[in-house]
Amino acid sequence: MAAVAPEQSTTGSPGPSRPRPQESRLRAIARRLRIDRRYMPVVGTFVVLALILVIGGARYENFLSAGVLANLFINNSFLIVLAVGMTFVILTGGIDLSVGAVLALSAVSAAYLLDAGVPAAVVLPAVVLIGSVIGLLIGLMVHVFDVQPFIATLAGMFFARGLCFVIAPESIPITDETFVAIAGWDTWVGGQWRMTSSVVVSLVVVALAFFLLHYTQFGRTVYAIGGGEQSARLMGLPVARTKVLVYVVSGTCAGLGGLLFAMYSRSGYSLTGVAMELDAIAAVVIGGTLLTGGTGFVLGSVLGVLVLGLIQTIITFEGTLSSWWTKIVIGALLLVFVVLQRVLTLRRT
Amino acid sequence: MAARTAPMEQPAAPVVEMHGITVEYAGVRVLDSADLVLRPGEVHALMGENGAGKSTLIGALTGTVPIVAGRILVDGVPLTPTGVARSRAEGIATVFQESHLSPHLSVAENIMIGHEVRGRFGIRWARCRERAAAALATLGIEDVDLRTPLEALSPATKQLVAVARAIVLEPRVLVLDEPTSSLDEAEAAQLLGVVRRLRDQGVAILFVSHFLEQVFEVSNRMTVLRDGRVVAEYCTAEVERAELISKMIGEDIDALQALHSQRLSHHYAGSSQVALRATSIGRHGTLEPTDVDLVRGEVVGFAGLRGSGRTELARLMSGVERADRGELWLDGSRVQLRGPAAALRHRIAVSSENLRNEGIVAGLTVRENIVLALQALRGWTRPLSRAEQEAVVDTYLDALRLSHEDLDRPAGELSGGTQQKVMLARLLATRPHVLILDEPTRGIDIAAKLDIQRRVAKLAGEGVAVVFISSQLDEVVRLSDRIVVLKDREKIGELSNGPGVTVDTIVEMIAAELDGPAAGDAD
Repeated sequence: MAAVAPEQSTTGSPGPSRPRPQESRLRAIARRLRIDRRYMPVVGTFVVLALILVIGGARYENFLSAGVLANLFINNSFLIVLAVGMTFVILTGGIDLSVGAVLALSAVSAAYLLDAGVPAAVVLPAVVLIGSVIGLLIGLMVHVFDVQPFIATLAGMFFARGLCFVIAPESIPITDETFVAIAGWDTWVGGQWRMTSSVVVSLVVVALAFFLLHYTQFGRTVYAIGGGEQSARLMGLPVARTKVLVYVVSGTCAGLGGLLFAMYSRSGYSLTGVAMELDAIAAVVIGGTLLTGGTGFVLGSVLGVLVLGLIQTIITFEGTLSSWWTKIVIGALLLVFVVLQRVLTLRRT
Repeated sequence: MAARTAPMEQPAAPVVEMHGITVEYAGVRVLDSADLVLRPGEVHALMGENGAGKSTLIGALTGTVPIVAGRILVDGVPLTPTGVARSRAEGIATVFQESHLSPHLSVAENIMIGHEVRGRFGIRWARCRERAAAALATLGIEDVDLRTPLEALSPATKQLVAVARAIVLEPRVLVLDEPTSSLDEAEAAQLLGVVRRLRDQGVAILFVSHFLEQVFEVSNRMTVLRDGRVVAEYCTAEVERAELISKMIGEDIDALQALHSQRLSHHYAGSSQVALRATSIGRHGTLEPTDVDLVRGEVVGFAGLRGSGRTELARLMSGVERADRGELWLDGSRVQLRGPAAALRHRIAVSSENLRNEGIVAGLTVRENIVLALQALRGWTRPLSRAEQEAVVDTYLDALRLSHEDLDRPAGELSGGTQQKVMLARLLATRPHVLILDEPTRGIDIAAKLDIQRRVAKLAGEGVAVVFISSQLDEVVRLSDRIVVLKDREKIGELSNGPGVTVDTIVEMIAAELDGPAAGDAD
């Protein structure tokens, strides 16, 4: 204890009249490294990610190749977009179960419209808009009628999934030239690293979300609502508008995700994306966002998606394992992270 | 001395005028035609006991509480308050009593959220932090890391952050609802210094505090509310503490006089057998170390204004809150009480201040509510039979004058007074040796009050040690054998009740200057 005392006087700002609360050694290190404690869960996810990379690299040849890692982004671009939208909702303390079904609806609509000869320039924005509209309806249900987000988005999920089957029960292949050209576009950055249009879109979405959350009043209000709706209201923040808007953001992301999925699979099928909302939620939670709202980062959610993707990759590399092992590992990991978060929150109070 | 005093000097034109403000919750009038005028360069104190309508009046001004009637003028222009954002736009900044900050956001974010400095590329955090730091410096805080999440701070610092949030926009009107409740003396003094400085800069300040001395120290004018009505307006310099307190707590209603004489004749049947003894029990920041004995067959009243520590003392003595110093002795042997369940096992029954909100299970019937605690005491493995339930319920039905038709109705549907009686019946069903009642008669009608007070008197007669807490001093004087007087989180004296003791005796004790001689321990 005595050894710590002189250090404290160097870190403290001039003239501390109020003693700092006692710090644990770990937290003292974090302070030394200038890591805000709010980033700690994200740092945890990053460590897990690095760990998986090391294990994978040690066990399998070519695991750490640029091709594999680039594919990680390519194969998960739609999930990244979904997770970004989900982050907004979970930050306010809500949940969005509709995104998987909305993704399917958007993909099926895209395939159907293109098949009917509607030009791609119309179809692309239209299907994203479908997501926004469903998000708006859910948001209004949650805010105006005070329906539990769980129930409102569950209704949205059934509605969207049902619409898929009304439009087309079977898979529709996409052959529109413009669309295929956009989907097939790619570029090589730094030698072996391939980026498709989907990856570019997903990264732009992440950057945009980061800006929205941290540099606009809308984003700050999202965090404040997660910290307590009544408090946010007493601070004079536009709670009502923001609560509706987060579902619009999530719906829009789901619409966009559907588009990316259609590009990825070159088709639209009404049974795609079943339970994908749960993957998105898992990614957000593994990325360090509290399900109760208020804390979390969109970059954490991206890391969460990458962790999920890497586990999938490892199972594929292993070859002999059933793909269901992915689910088991993800389940275990989820449990670990939720318990970890619980411990972190308990230590705070 | 006189209410509605003449202006002190040449009064400035009012910034805020509230006329005939009326607020109703579910048909109950919580604010009845209240007036309030705030002038620049003045600190206006809003006084009144709990539930008098202070926070409601502030809510009406800030638009968080809808008003039924009345109008609000800002600079003579009518304002329709729609929410905090609207009133802020008019230059009215409010520090609410309940926490209204976001626990996960940083100090700087909490101060600046809603009015961030924005540039072409969104929020400019560096500028925001500068302004937050400047606001905190005004309050004398310079050593808080602006990036710390709010939840890591002490309650006192949180409260100061809330104040910083209010003054960062340089408001014309500053509303402070209990801003010093979690501050220690030095911090409170610092805050009061800021309040004075802002006043001298011409800010109109509405100041609500239950610390009398602070109000006298800082305010120019005061408005007293009672039961939702404005009962007096004073210039602080011209009012005496005793008069103010009697205005706050209200005139006696002498319908209960008969009970008083009964109680007087009952004095002093106490067995002098100590049931529960607390020796220098206290908790840091909550209550100074205090000694109290509860004697079988005696009613002990805890008297004091809200925030005096009367509730805290009761909570510490019953283990609802853990004391960090002092000891509890039950029938001569030392006990550690870990929570109300443990207290119940030792036959100590407690009713909390917010008893109706916390205690009544609205969905269960009256019958089920009554047997709840008894069943908990017996454990779930030994359920009470229907016959046993009937017997227990019947015993208290008549004693508390509950009606038979109500028995199978959900408790949530009943009036406040009836709910209060149900709670009391539940406590009595456990046959306590020590019964602690915190504000058992608040917000209920005279008839129900009388029933409860009669029952309390009878219990003492049966040998139970009773603690009776009420903000209505006349009740305390009427019922108690002994009165423990508290002020500013400290026990300042103990009175043996008798013909010479009146409400005024207690008021004088509380009103005596801080370091003046406390009325002697009559024991």
